[in-house]
Formats: sequence, C-alpha cells, structure tokens
Amino acid sequence: MALYSEKVMDHFRNPRNVGVIEDADAVGEVGNAKCGDIMKMYLKIDNDTVSDVKFETFGCGSAIASSSMATELIKGKPLSEVRKLTNKAVAEALDGLPDYKMHCSVLAEEAIHAALDDYESRTGKKTE
Amino acid sequence: MKGGTKLDKIYLDNAATTKMSEAAIKEMTRCMNDYYGNPSSLYTVGQQAKEIIEKAREEIAGVINASPKEIYFTSGGSEADNQAIITAAAIGKRKGKMHIVTSAIEHHAVLHALRRLKNEGFEITELPVSKEGIVNKEDVKKAIRDDTCLVTVMYANNEIGTLQPVSEIGAICKEKGVLFHTDAVQAVGHVPIDVKAENIDMLSASAHKFHGPKGIGFLYVRKGIIVSNLIEGGAQERGKRAGTENVPAISAMAVALKEAEAGMKENAKKLTALRDYLIKGLSGIPHSALNGDAKKRLPSNVNFCFEGIEGESLLLLLDDKGICASSGSACTSGSLDPSHVLLAIGRVHDVAHGSLRLSLSEETTKEELDAAIKAVKETVEYLRGFSPVWRDLNAGKLQFIL
Ligand SMILES: Cc1ncc(COP(=O)(O)O)c(C=O)c1O
Ligand SMILES: [Zn+2]
Repeated sequence: MALYSEKVMDHFRNPRNVGVIEDADAVGEVGNAKCGDIMKMYLKIDNDTVSDVKFETFGCGSAIASSSMATELIKGKPLSEVRKLTNKAVAEALDGLPDYKMHCSVLAEEAIHAALDDYESRTGKKTE
Repeated sequence: MKGGTKLDKIYLDNAATTKMSEAAIKEMTRCMNDYYGNPSSLYTVGQQAKEIIEKAREEIAGVINASPKEIYFTSGGSEADNQAIITAAAIGKRKGKMHIVTSAIEHHAVLHALRRLKNEGFEITELPVSKEGIVNKEDVKKAIRDDTCLVTVMYANNEIGTLQPVSEIGAICKEKGVLFHTDAVQAVGHVPIDVKAENIDMLSASAHKFHGPKGIGFLYVRKGIIVSNLIEGGAQERGKRAGTENVPAISAMAVALKEAEAGMKENAKKLTALRDYLIKGLSGIPHSALNGDAKKRLPSNVNFCFEGIEGESLLLLLDDKGICASSGSACTSGSLDPSHVLLAIGRVHDVAHGSLRLSLSEETTKEELDAAIKAVKETVEYLRGFSPVWRDLNAGKLQFIL
C-alpha cells in the first residue's frame, strides 16, 4: 500500500505553479514549528482576483503536494473565495492525506491566509 | 553471501533490513519440510526439531564466543532489548539499585523500555555523545553510582553507524560490578564480537539485519545472571521465553550468521572501500555533511545531511529513480520530531530535516553507488530549486550551517 494517493504523488512529482513572482502583490510565508516544514506563497492580484500564484516549499511530499494543489484551487479566484480556502478542502482535493500528515496541508491554508493578510496591510483593502 | 534474484532496484537500506541469503532461505524451507515437529514433543519427530534448534544455539554461541546455554531465542532485537533491560531492572530492584546509565542515541527498543522503567521509579542517566556520535567512556565511568544496576550502550548505531567503545565500557562495568548490556543488532554478523573479551553481560541481536529471516533474534545473557521473563507459559528456552520455537527461523538465523562470519573480514574490507567512495561522492554536494565519525562506523553505513531540503521528499524522488533509502527527517518519523540521534550529535532541526541514510550490503556495486550519487545530487539540486530556505540561505537572510 502506498503512503500517498495517486493525486498526491502526481502533485508531488509534477508540482504546479512552482517558483517565485518577483513583483508579487502579496507574499505569505509560514512554518510548521513542529515538523519544520516551511511554505511560501506569492500572489499576483488584479481586480480583487488572484491572477497568478507561485509557491516555494521546504518540506515533505504532502507539504509539496498540498502547496501545489492549493495554488490550483485559488488561481483565478476572487479574494473573498480565496479567504475561505481550508486545509480540509486541499486535503480532499488530493484524495486525502494520511492522518499524521494533515498538518502539512494546514501550512497551505496558512500560507495563503498570510499572503492575504500581507495584501491587506499593503493596500488597506479587506479580503473577507 | 549468495543472493537470490537481483531486484531491479538499488537497495541501499540494509540497516532497515537485509535480503535473506539463499542459504538461509534454503535452510528455512528445509526445516519447514522436514522438521515440523514440536521441539517439546518426546517422539523422534519432535526431538529432531529440538536437535535443530540446539545445533543453531551452539553455532550462534560460537560466533560471539558465548556458551550455548547463554543464548535465548527471541522474536527479534526489540524483544531481546526489552528482556535484557527488564532482567537487569529486576535484579537491581531486588538490591535497591534503581539507576540505569544509557546513551542519547539508543534505538527506540531501548529508549522506550527505559522510559517505562522511569515511570516505575527508576532513574535514567542519558549520556550525551560527541559531535561524531560516540559515547565517551569517561562519561560512563563518572555516571556509574553505587545504586547503578545497568549500563546499556549500543554496539553500533542504526542511523549514523557509529561504533561505540564497547570493550572499554565493558571493562569499566566489570571493574565497578555493574551489568553491561549492548544492543548489537546492527553489529552482529558485520563486525567481530567476543562477549568474553569485551566483558559484555547481555547482548541483543536480530537475524534480519544479517540476511536471516525477520521476526527472530537472540539475547545473550552471561551465565549466572537470572533472566526475567517477558512471556510466561511453557518451559521453552529453559523457562525464560515461553512459546513453541520458530524452528525454521532459528536454524536459518544460525546459517545466515555462520555465513556472515565466514565472509566478515572480506566483506568489511570491500564495504569500507565502497562506503568511503560513496561518502566522497556525496561530499561533492555543496552544503552537505557526513553524520557520524568518518572512520569509527559500520562498513555499510553512510548518513548525510543536506541543507535546505527535507528528507521525505528526497526519499520519494529517489524511490522514483529506483533507489531505496531512509531519512531521519521529522516528516518521515510519524512523530513530527526529527531523529533523536541527529539532534544528539548537534544537528539543528532544520539540518536534521534534510538527512539521508544509505546502508550498503555485500551485494552493493560501485556502479550502483555511482547511480545513487548522481540521483542524490540531481534530486537535492531539484528540491533546493524551490526551497524557500535554500533561497534565504543564498540571499544571506539565513546563515549556512553546513
Ligand atoms: C539498533 C537496533 N536495535 C533494535 C532493533 C529492533 O530489531 P527488530 O526489528 O528485530 O525488533 C533494530 C532494528 O530496527 C536496531 O537497528
Ligand atoms: Zn511535512
């Protein structure tokens, strides 16, 4: 039995939206104090919509896969919707994660929220 | 060692387990076919099975210079570790001695058995190790008190392969009159061991680490030490370990160990050269470091940390390239904590996160190592390519440690 679902392995092996946006409108970086994984999200925002997103991750298979999946879930979405992204949704989109790996998908949610917070403090706009 | 069919994998996780040798498999099936009797039965078929296990006991004892009566078969290394510790604790408790000395790099089988004793009122002194991963014998000497009932220090570490000063610790314990147990699961069949010359009172071993079957091992207990049971029941193992003996596994273990002993010198020489070749190759990766002493280590063990990456993702990608390896990263532990061994040698959390253990066998070839070096190099580079930590290190926002 494989540790991860096919979906997780696909996003892990071929992560979508990997990289950096140099002129990002928002950046969020979070770390997991427990296991040590670190995730960084770069957002490009136009008309209150995520027009582009890239990520960098220092972490395990599920951290990389959930970063990748999270970027797919928010790309092209209005900020109000992006705000509502949960780690549960990320994990579900990946056909599930092992229980002890769920904390890695929390990072994706947190990184996106951190980026939105960054956007709010840069622009004074609300993303709720 | 003669192996079975070669897998199309590069198996570099022999510290986790080894492939059974052809001779051990043959012996196992021979016993299954021909010696199915219960060794406790008095008729001939039973007594023939009994003979098989007593012959195995004799052979195993011979390899470590013990006498057959000092060998107890167990279900493996974990059971042997637990039984040794419980045995010493029971003896200590009877004398009012409730202090145990151990090292910070023991296997969980020892660590967790001691944790349980701690909850029962024992005091545990956990000795630190040097940054090379070796216990200082002077620390052992200083840690022993009047109420110390046991010193338990492993023979060779399972993660970083470091060989501990066992005979020195044995001499100290003998002088001080304290029982000495060593978890030799990684060492038996790989390095020469003489329990008498090294003053070892108890020793744990496991067959699957030397090309024998899984689920079988043995505990050596010096004559005169009263062994405590973990499992109560029938009179097997002179009443010290109940349960009908696993005759095929016991006999196959003996065959594997004899084979390992016969090839030990030659294999160690060959493996040491391969090990050092692999170490040299991986050292070419920038911001990497070998874990554990470069020389005082098992001939088969290589363990590295690579800064800026995480071990599980490295393992998964190596698996895609057909390479089986292991890591001490927090994400591979299941417990969210990085390896206690890597922390004990002073690797900080972030660096321990990027650890990789490659453990060789007698069948490992230079070509396989060339492929492994190439794969590790490429994979580390790839993962660093989108690691925010690696970016910050290169931007000077974080300080390189390695
Ligand atoms: C040092 C050490 N001790 C104990 C064990 C446990 O042995 P077993 O798997 O036979 O219970 C192992 C193997 O994982 C080991 O490497
Ligand atoms: Zn993780």
